[in-house]
Amino acid sequence: MKLLYFAWLKTKTGIAEEEVAPPPEVATVADLLAWLQGRGPGHAEALADLSALRVAVNQEYALPGDPVRPGDEVALFPPVTGG
Amino acid sequence: MIRVQREDFDAGKEIAALGAGNRAVGGVAAFIGLVRDMAGGEAIGAMTLEHYPGMTERMLERIEAEAAERWPLEATLIVHRHGRLEPGEQIVLVATASAHRRASFEACEFLVDWLKTKAPFWKLEEKASGAEWVEARASDDDAAARWRLPGTKSESDAAE
Repeated sequence: MKLLYFAWLKTKTGIAEEEVAPPPEVATVADLLAWLQGRGPGHAEALADLSALRVAVNQEYALPGDPVRPGDEVALFPPVTGG
Repeated sequence: MIRVQREDFDAGKEIAALGAGNRAVGGVAAFIGLVRDMAGGEAIGAMTLEHYPGMTERMLERIEAEAAERWPLEATLIVHRHGRLEPGEQIVLVATASAHRRASFEACEFLVDWLKTKAPFWKLEEKASGAEWVEARASDDDAAARWRLPGTKSESDAAE
């Protein structure tokens, strides 16, 4: 699974993208976020407030209950501020 | 048509080209977003627009298609820049062409409101106190929500 981090999620984790292999019990977006919180201090800080996060799975906005699978591209970012 | 690019654009040329040769076009509306030199009472030296290549284009194409479904449009254009921009520089151009002004005005406003809340761009402002990521504004969500059709939910209300 490929993870992408944007804006301050990239700054706080110190990572723009990484390849991860979560355990099989990580089946949803919510599971993945909980698993990532335990991945290190940078991740824990970046993912401390899940209400400040938006998630896209394969470039589509996703909800906490949406499934994630090996091979997916999952992006984590704050609410968007373009325009 | 949508374009995401680093380079500046010539708004006059872009607008003139929109629907050029199409005699059904009776009105063109355009919005140009610029970098201001102030934010929250603090001077801005520059801002950097980060985006999510791939998803950005996908979302812009989708909101453009949504506008074409809702209004009788002859042509639409969204040009959005990324990278480091200084005050006074152009960020975004949205233009809509239709037979009549109402559809042009409304669709243009709709596109701007929706791209601000759905297209994956993030602004990093350079201030004297340091670089700061711009926070999303509730007023932008409210502006976008005005265009929501009854019985639908926002795609960007994700992971809450």
